[in-house]
Amino acid sequence: MNIPAWTPELQARLYQDMLLSRRFEERIVEMAKEKGRLPGMQILSVGQEAVAAGVVAALTPRDVIVSNHRSHAHLLCRGADPNTLMAEIMGKATGVNAGKAGTLHLAVPQLNVLMTSTVVGAGPPLAAGAAFAQQYTRSGAVTVVFFGDGAAAEGSVHEAMNLAGVWKLPLLLVCENNCWAGAQPCRVHCAVGDLSIRAAAYDMPGRAVDGNDVEAVYRLAAEMAAHCRGGRGPALIEARTYRMRGHGESDPQHYVDPAEIAAWSRRCPLKRYRQKLLDGGVLSAADLERMETGAMRKVADAVDFADRSPYPEARAALDDVWTAAPAL
Amino acid sequence: MTEMSFGQALNQALVLALEADEGVFVAGEGVGVSIHQDPNMPTHGLLERFGPRRVRDTPVSEAAIAGLAVGAAAMGLRPVVEIMFFPFITLASDMLVNHAGKLRYMSGGQSRFPLTVRVKAGVGFGAGSQHSHNLEAWMAHSPGLKLVWPSNPADAKGLLLGAIFDPDPVIVVEDMMLYWMRGQVPEGDNRQALGRARVVRAGTDCTLVAYGAALYTALEGARMAAEAGIACEVIDLRSLVPLDKACLLDSVRRTGRLVIVHEANRFCGYGAELAALAAEEAFEALKAPVRRVAPPSIPVPASPPQEGFFKPSAEAVAAAVKEICR
Ligand SMILES: Cc1ncc(C[n+]2csc(CCOP(=O)(O)OP(=O)(O)O)c2C)c(N)n1
Ligand SMILES: [Mg+2]
Repeated sequence: MNIPAWTPELQARLYQDMLLSRRFEERIVEMAKEKGRLPGMQILSVGQEAVAAGVVAALTPRDVIVSNHRSHAHLLCRGADPNTLMAEIMGKATGVNAGKAGTLHLAVPQLNVLMTSTVVGAGPPLAAGAAFAQQYTRSGAVTVVFFGDGAAAEGSVHEAMNLAGVWKLPLLLVCENNCWAGAQPCRVHCAVGDLSIRAAAYDMPGRAVDGNDVEAVYRLAAEMAAHCRGGRGPALIEARTYRMRGHGESDPQHYVDPAEIAAWSRRCPLKRYRQKLLDGGVLSAADLERMETGAMRKVADAVDFADRSPYPEARAALDDVWTAAPAL
Repeated sequence: MTEMSFGQALNQALVLALEADEGVFVAGEGVGVSIHQDPNMPTHGLLERFGPRRVRDTPVSEAAIAGLAVGAAAMGLRPVVEIMFFPFITLASDMLVNHAGKLRYMSGGQSRFPLTVRVKAGVGFGAGSQHSHNLEAWMAHSPGLKLVWPSNPADAKGLLLGAIFDPDPVIVVEDMMLYWMRGQVPEGDNRQALGRARVVRAGTDCTLVAYGAALYTALEGARMAAEAGIACEVIDLRSLVPLDKACLLDSVRRTGRLVIVHEANRFCGYGAELAALAAEEAFEALKAPVRRVAPPSIPVPASPPQEGFFKPSAEAVAAAVKEICR
């Protein structure tokens, strides 16, 4: 497989993408504590940033992404504008989806983050459709779909995997196994301990990876995307990671052993990568400081932009159901 | 009578049913261990009390959850399963629409499906259209399924018990926005027969019909209309299938006017059935056109002002009443 060699630029990008995601969501954590500050439920990717950063960096701009309820990191790593994302999360008119999506259904079709569904397990069939279009038009691009360990229990996911297997669709399935689906740990909701073996049932390669090691994720994603791009059909990645903040911001995690959280926080993907880059002389402390300041500024700007933005007109709720029909 | 919340009243019904009948079991996503730690959640504490044999956390698999209920019911158990949010009933719909509703009929009356599906509904928590979408009309349209929708704690307990011990498949819709509402609830088994509506405010000028949380919009609209000298009779439907036609028609024949309120989309909504009923069976009594106060045909937007726009308001109810009472 022709995996690009590590360059300092790529490594810096991987770190920077994770950093922006983390700081962006940490700000949401703070705002979620202020009553009435944010509408809806806040479901965050804190702890899972290496999966998003590693997979997205392995894609080309023409490749398509289908996301789920835990989408912030996917979007930010793809280069979505933090300002309009934050505005959407607050339900403002300047939001990337004009306030219709809110935090749970953020999509940026312009960046080929084509669709986001918060219906658990809906992503893979949608993504199979996108991958079919890519195959049909011989575009050479691939579709990546992110879904959870919990989603892997939905029938829709299995149907999509089988269809993609039979039709050899260029579909890269990325299962973010964060150990939990709501308050249910994998051993309660999943019959196998190793989700990647499900690939065998649908005649596709399936591999597990340390989802908190951004370079390992990147390498595997690049390899699997090359497989899909080469016309050999779909592939499955199981990225093993952890949802550090529970299901959502209102989840007290009373059912989680604190030792489990502590163990995973020692494996924080950002901390690990920062150390590696420092030790390897890829980035200096001053570089890291600059990146930190840059990320903090972007987040502050995003909150400021969203705060200053108006809410949409109530009646604009009627817009966008249908495309304006052409006159006959 | 004891004062408690709507959610606690549902919880009492589940406890009573689990105690009364060994065939009752509860299954769903997070019905045992939940991300909520709130005694107002209907399944709170059930796992601790009844253990994992009776209270089952399932994978995220709505088709399997609904199928589980149908199959276990056919074997003589009394399943009580939960679908977390109303829009996700679409994933369970094959098992409900094509199986729970049809298999008894197709067996020539030999099989029985005494199952209950609890589903959380409602608009107003900012989660957007894939969490907020009331689909009662889909279910009511499907033969063989019953559907009840309590509006207060006493009914929450009584109708859930009625559903669990009903011999047929019943969907119990729980308006999430009501879980914390407090009210007096009878002790013990207060199971309610399905198919009975209730007049909650008497009046002579116009009949207002609603169910679930929309009842409070209707009541507030009635209060506003009263300030303009119009006396509304307000009916809490309680049971959408079977429908208490007699209660509705009796009221419409007395008032000669009908306004229907619901939080589901207006087009092909459940209110259309009520309007048709009035037109078909009480036409001679009608003094004015029937009006529906319900959301436009759009998905529920996430943005707060737009979500507010979607939801029918008491002002809109009062305006509709005044318009046809002119
Ligand atoms: C069809 C459907 N069922 C239930 C839910 C409620 N729900 C939202 S997230 C979630 C858990 C999903 O777990 P997983 O797929 O592992 O994703 P994670 O939240 O861990 O990222 C559930 C049950 C939903 N959104 N859609
Ligand atoms: Mg998970």
